[in-house]
Amino acid sequence: MGLAIELKNLSHKYSIGTPFEINAVDSVSLKINQGEFVGVIGHTGSGKSTLIQMINGLIKPSEGAVFIDGVNIYDKAVSLRDIRFKVGLVFQYSEHQLFEETVYKDIAFGPKNMGLNDNEVDKKVRYAAKIMGIDDEMLKRSPFDLSGGQMRRVALAGVIAMEPQILILDEPAAGLDPKGRRKVLELIKDYHENSGKTVLLVSHSMEDVVDYATKVLVMNKGRVFCYDDTDKVFSKAQQLQEIGLDIPQISRFALALKKYDVDLGNNIYTVKKAVQGVLNLTTNKEKL
Amino acid sequence: MDIIKVENVDFSYVSQNDNGKQISNKVLKNINIDIPEGQFLAVLGHNGCGKSTMAKLFNGLLIPQSGKVFVDGIDTADENRIFDVRQTVGMVFQNPDNQIVATIVEEDVAFALENLGVLPNEIRKRVDESLKTVGMYEYRDHAPHKLSGGQKQRVAIAGVLAMRPKCLVLDEPTAMLDPKGRKEIIKTIKMLNKDFGTTVILITHYMEEAAQADRVVVMEQGEVVLDNIPERIFSQVEFMKKIGLDVPQTIELFYELNKNGFSLNLEILDIEEQAEQLADAIKGGNYGISN
Repeated sequence: MGLAIELKNLSHKYSIGTPFEINAVDSVSLKINQGEFVGVIGHTGSGKSTLIQMINGLIKPSEGAVFIDGVNIYDKAVSLRDIRFKVGLVFQYSEHQLFEETVYKDIAFGPKNMGLNDNEVDKKVRYAAKIMGIDDEMLKRSPFDLSGGQMRRVALAGVIAMEPQILILDEPAAGLDPKGRRKVLELIKDYHENSGKTVLLVSHSMEDVVDYATKVLVMNKGRVFCYDDTDKVFSKAQQLQEIGLDIPQISRFALALKKYDVDLGNNIYTVKKAVQGVLNLTTNKEKL
Repeated sequence: MDIIKVENVDFSYVSQNDNGKQISNKVLKNINIDIPEGQFLAVLGHNGCGKSTMAKLFNGLLIPQSGKVFVDGIDTADENRIFDVRQTVGMVFQNPDNQIVATIVEEDVAFALENLGVLPNEIRKRVDESLKTVGMYEYRDHAPHKLSGGQKQRVAIAGVLAMRPKCLVLDEPTAMLDPKGRKEIIKTIKMLNKDFGTTVILITHYMEEAAQADRVVVMEQGEVVLDNIPERIFSQVEFMKKIGLDVPQTIELFYELNKNGFSLNLEILDIEEQAEQLADAIKGGNYGISN
């Protein structure tokens, strides 16, 4: 597997030269392999939004370099426009960016701007609509007649239609109800599994990422707190709490159980794992 | 005394289709709820279940087509007394940016009072009080757009509090906030309920917020399907999942373990008590399927 993204000593400062100068991202070096599904976690102000905007060329780093497929995207010879087709970024509350008369036209906007002919555009629209569970009837409707969850899916399809090598989603489930959240996250997971593309999912809710991500990147105060397999990140549950992150309720429960000398193991972050942990204990009683 | 009384309420949104034909969409069906003064009530349900429509009935923003809504004894359909209704029940909505009108925090909080013709001295007093209550007094001369989401939402709450409503209705006030902002808001409304006796109606789809209320009403397709204390709501794991709502992960764990021979009490929400219970069960060998 090759590298999808490489960050070398990347920093970004806001308001340089003023009393408000702040290091939003501070000497971040990181390698992300192709095909990985990375959950990016950190609370507000941890630098996660600045980081992802540097990855698709929206914010120029103060220092350091970003390599996509081995190419330094801030090199003068590189067209940032091409980079943005390669790295698709879906913003928070992406449904606010819908503007066209019909869902179809909205999804077609990106592919059209890539200079594709109508036939190719049509293919891409239908490909993306299928991934996001948008049927033919919905394609004809106005995006403004849809529910919040449906609008969100249309906005995601608009970026997926460009078939980016790397898809970055900023809080794709924020503000949706539990049903809508699950649906959007499941669709993204299926997209990742079927396309093999690299996906970065930014969230401040761990519950959103643990079921889907292969790796977790935790940002804290502009720096990488850790980047590792989901299992390994959760073996540090206590430290994650100390830097002010909300760990899943079930992980807190596992920590509370330790006070009663019941140890379910270090990587309890889903109900499934907790059930398994308890059953392991009770079927091998001598462990207690 | 019930601060809000909903009697046999039906509500439909009426629109016209392309042929000019009227289409009526019934979103509330035969709703009956009595809310005693001082209660902290959470209304849970997914999008489109009618919970926001119900919130708007509580302060006369919408009037039911059949049935009655009484606020502090006043019929909300009585046009002459609609301002009394609106002063009794204050509303806070989801997006803080849509609720803030002024460029300085304290001016925003004073907005409704100025419209009500409250005297300047009294306005000063109430604005300061409200801002202190929500913990935003030090920010009184800041610009709202530079505040965090949670801070903005607290300013919006202060603006409503300045009118001294007996009852506060919050329609998904935390949906657009980060975990820190969400905690600030929940802490604030719990304090208002406890220390000031304000009736709180919290509309949400976060079950962890509903779990902190005195009472939870669950809505589904325009009907009240459950109405009980939180412990008795979240223990109904199968039902809640069926209608697309979540239960706390620990309850789900206990539910799964009970399928495997445990007999754990699902009507406990406190995580420490849950841990104690499970630890006791494991140590006491109190489960069915062991070897």
